[in-house]
Amino acid sequence: MKVFCNGEAQEIAPGMLVADYLSQLGLDASSVVVECDGKILTRKEYGSHALQDGSVLELIRFVGGG
Amino acid sequence: MQAAISRATEAEVLQALRSDRPGLNGLAALLSPAAEPHLGAMAKRSTAITSQRFGRTMQVYAPVYLSSFCANRCVYCGFSADNTITRRVLTIAEAESEAMILHRRGFSHLLLVSGEAPAKLGVDYLEELALRLRDRFAALSIEVQPLATEEYARLFQAGITSVAVYQETYDRAVYKQVHLGGRKADFDYRLETPARVAEAGMREVGIGALLGLADWRAEGLALGQHLAWLRRHYWRTGLTVSFPRMRPAQGEFKPLQPVSERNLSQMIFALRIFDPDVGLYLSTREEARFRDGMIGLGPTRYSAGSCTAPGGYGLENAGGEQFEVGDNRSLAEVSAAIQKKGFDPVRKDWDAVFQAKGDRQQAA
Amino acid sequence: MLTIAGRKFRSRLFGGTGKFSSPEVMKEALAASGCEMVTVALRRIDLNNPADDIMSVLDRDRYLFLPNTSGARDAGEAIRLARLARASGGGEWLKLEVTPDPRTLLPDPIETFKATEELVKEGFKVLPYMNADPILALRLQDAGAVAVMPLGSPIGTNQGVLTRFQIEIIIAQAQVPVIVDAGLGAPSHVAEAMEMGADAVLVNTAIAVAGDPVRMARAFAMAVEAGRIAYESGLGAVSKDAAPSSPEDGLGFLR
Repeated sequence: MKVFCNGEAQEIAPGMLVADYLSQLGLDASSVVVECDGKILTRKEYGSHALQDGSVLELIRFVGGG
Repeated sequence: MQAAISRATEAEVLQALRSDRPGLNGLAALLSPAAEPHLGAMAKRSTAITSQRFGRTMQVYAPVYLSSFCANRCVYCGFSADNTITRRVLTIAEAESEAMILHRRGFSHLLLVSGEAPAKLGVDYLEELALRLRDRFAALSIEVQPLATEEYARLFQAGITSVAVYQETYDRAVYKQVHLGGRKADFDYRLETPARVAEAGMREVGIGALLGLADWRAEGLALGQHLAWLRRHYWRTGLTVSFPRMRPAQGEFKPLQPVSERNLSQMIFALRIFDPDVGLYLSTREEARFRDGMIGLGPTRYSAGSCTAPGGYGLENAGGEQFEVGDNRSLAEVSAAIQKKGFDPVRKDWDAVFQAKGDRQQAA
Repeated sequence: MLTIAGRKFRSRLFGGTGKFSSPEVMKEALAASGCEMVTVALRRIDLNNPADDIMSVLDRDRYLFLPNTSGARDAGEAIRLARLARASGGGEWLKLEVTPDPRTLLPDPIETFKATEELVKEGFKVLPYMNADPILALRLQDAGAVAVMPLGSPIGTNQGVLTRFQIEIIIAQAQVPVIVDAGLGAPSHVAEAMEMGADAVLVNTAIAVAGDPVRMARAFAMAVEAGRIAYESGLGAVSKDAAPSSPEDGLGFLR
């Protein structure tokens, strides 16, 4: 199924959990904020929230800034 | 506090004179004996600041005494409950008539004054009077008994623009000595009143000390502290200071610590330098010669043609006076003196139209 | 000791984490600065480079992270970024930055005020970045900001405290700490800000792009200290006209 992640279309396995998707991307879940379809997920929800077809994801982390 | 004043050195005085923000330490130095040889320099600086902030203007106003009834027993005041004088409280119609006399003379700013006797003159009266007068006067101030915040808010809605409430003395011991009875004996309730006035949204609050009670230098510093506090907590509210200096009154109370004209001028200059934006009142308690001399040097508001007895402008059987007036000149004469010194007598500096009926200016 | 929203800071220099040549240089420079709070921004992860996590070099026990909302062009965007920042474990601390004009990066006062009101209600400790407007500072404080951050000059311009006159007023009137932020290009600038009575300063560009960021950070730290000590020790007033004892012209009327 297709999801949009940080503005780019990605093909992923249907019903994939957020936590697994982050692993697949090589991301450390503890340093990532996930906004799924406009809603900010708590870290606990990563392990239970399943992605839907057409989900819009924003993966955010802290970067350098003034 | 007193120590800061007596310890002040000439160096600190000069520092305060040169500084943009002298602060309370600077104020203490300017009030100190060490500053006395520098009165000329203080006058010069005070004049410059006054000119910059206020231009070459002097606002004029007149008091209307509404009532000489008073429940307090202040040893220094003609209206003390302990004094036997003719007591009078004007009816609303009489008050209006007195106000209109002043209106015809050219006044647009009035100060409504009464002794502190809520049973004789309360918020309902003031509200009614304000509603009647607001369309004919640019600004209405009151100097009456301390009220609650909600009461001030009501009066603001009715058209009162500002409130004067003087602590008389910031020295608790002296305060207790001279306020023998009545609600006024409560030092803290009175001290907290200006904050209530500001909280209620009044445009301006006036504070002051009665000079001659405690040490004038300490009063000056306390006034500075009070101003600084009010500025910090109620930054939208305009502030003024008055300098009533003890004069003969019923009861023949002699000043505990007499204050000379030099002392008074030093106090005025010091506060002007400390707070460039504060309005400074010099009332008709003072002589014409002194008031004329001070035009431009610091004060920004002068009363004229004042009568301190209720009904004294045009009614028969006016009550007893609160104090004897030093400058008896009419508005026309005072205005002429102001103009002669190169200043513009301002009769109107606000307008009731800016204060819409039912308009609340500020919340906390 | 500086206290902001109940938290104490020994150092009055705050650091920014942007524009450094590498995470290692950033880490060493911030260490040299002695700062205890650093700003960080929020951005989309680069999916082609997932391991690039610049902030992982910084010890969260040593530095309080102050997320900023840089990139927000209006209150709505800032509020969204704030919530994201909180969700990423940034705590409630927030440097509110609403800069709709990418050329000047000047803060929008209206959007900043709106966002402050909303974010204070949501429990954030808001430190709004603002132009040096004294009335705006008062309004933001009344709205619940825990500090105000007036700019010295636009971000990255290194022009110093061009807004000196207004910042003096803000400091005189402030009931919360005043942190001068943006445009501080040299240690002398931060010393000037501290001498005026600022409670703290925030420096990013000047340290990050210096020839030797680590030594520059140390210089800034020393300047902040020097300025603060000077302020606390009572600086002498700048002389205007020296009239120590004027004759009493014009006071002849006194009796």
